[in-house]
Amino acid sequence: MIERFLGWLGETPWSVALLESLYAWPLIETSHVLTLALFAGTAIMLDLRLTGLGFRDVPVSAFVDRVLPWTRAAFALMAITGLLLFYSDPLKYYQNLFFRVKATFLVVAGINIGFFHARTHRTIADWDDWPVPPRAVRIAGAVSLLAWSAIVVSGRLVAYNWFECEIQPQPAFVNWFAGCSSGGAP
Amino acid sequence: MTEEIPRLEALFIWFEDTAVGAAVRESVWAFAVIESVHLLGLCLLGGSILLVDLRLLGFGLTRQPIAGVAAAARRWTVLGLSIMVATGIPLMLSEALKTYYSTAFWVKITTLPFAIAFTFLVRERMTREPSLTVSFRTRIVAAVSVALWFTVAAGGRWIGFS
Repeated sequence: MIERFLGWLGETPWSVALLESLYAWPLIETSHVLTLALFAGTAIMLDLRLTGLGFRDVPVSAFVDRVLPWTRAAFALMAITGLLLFYSDPLKYYQNLFFRVKATFLVVAGINIGFFHARTHRTIADWDDWPVPPRAVRIAGAVSLLAWSAIVVSGRLVAYNWFECEIQPQPAFVNWFAGCSSGGAP
Repeated sequence: MTEEIPRLEALFIWFEDTAVGAAVRESVWAFAVIESVHLLGLCLLGGSILLVDLRLLGFGLTRQPIAGVAAAARRWTVLGLSIMVATGIPLMLSEALKTYYSTAFWVKITTLPFAIAFTFLVRERMTREPSLTVSFRTRIVAAVSVALWFTVAAGGRWIGFS
């Protein structure tokens, strides 16, 4: 069902034009990678503060109030350029093992952010200027650092076709996780 | 009669023949894994550079003194840059001849020394001034910093498209 829809999406004129474009695709991809410096870069600076590894003289609230808006704006750019890249070849990315690893870690990062803002962040007044924040805050920072690192690495590896459905035989786990057995491969 | 090979090109052929270059090229995983770590270095380098440049432009950590933000960011810039150089060299060695014929590579590699010198000499010296506040001068320095590093990063990404 999803495979059929994505197959159809990949045959729409704009998708084909994007994939075959000489400059549009590389420019979108370059924007995606360069925005990483602002998005993941500032997110990592906040995580370093949360873990107590860096910026110990800066209150956590200064990062949350003054730097996080930049991180969020950069994420919007990452999402827009990322969705455009996905749209250029939907079925291929959908069945790409590393794309699915990346999507999984995006969910992990999202849950971590949700939990932090709903629970951990509420008591910020108590530990705002602690050089090394309490354990729960440090854990949130560490999970974020690991999740975004995994997202960057798996995102880069999406470019490799080592585990493509067309390339068989593959370990059963690979075929299952990449969704190859569900009849998506033509 | 053999055609004469330019000395610079000969150097790049030698780069490609180095043990490291050959090992990375012949491995299925090595280039991809080193490239991924190169990107993690970009996050650290880019994030720490931009945090200070934003401050110099009057954004971000404006409640903290410039000297303090720059001092705290410095170690992460050095770490990020070290990771990028340590991973960039084997990547370049593995496809040295391709980079020799790549305009993007030459744009990147000639801008890089200027970006490093500007960051660690010009910008560094300015941010050490006590009670420095945002002014036309700090904005210019931040803009030049962003422009130099943007050129290096964009050139680096474009090597892969050539």
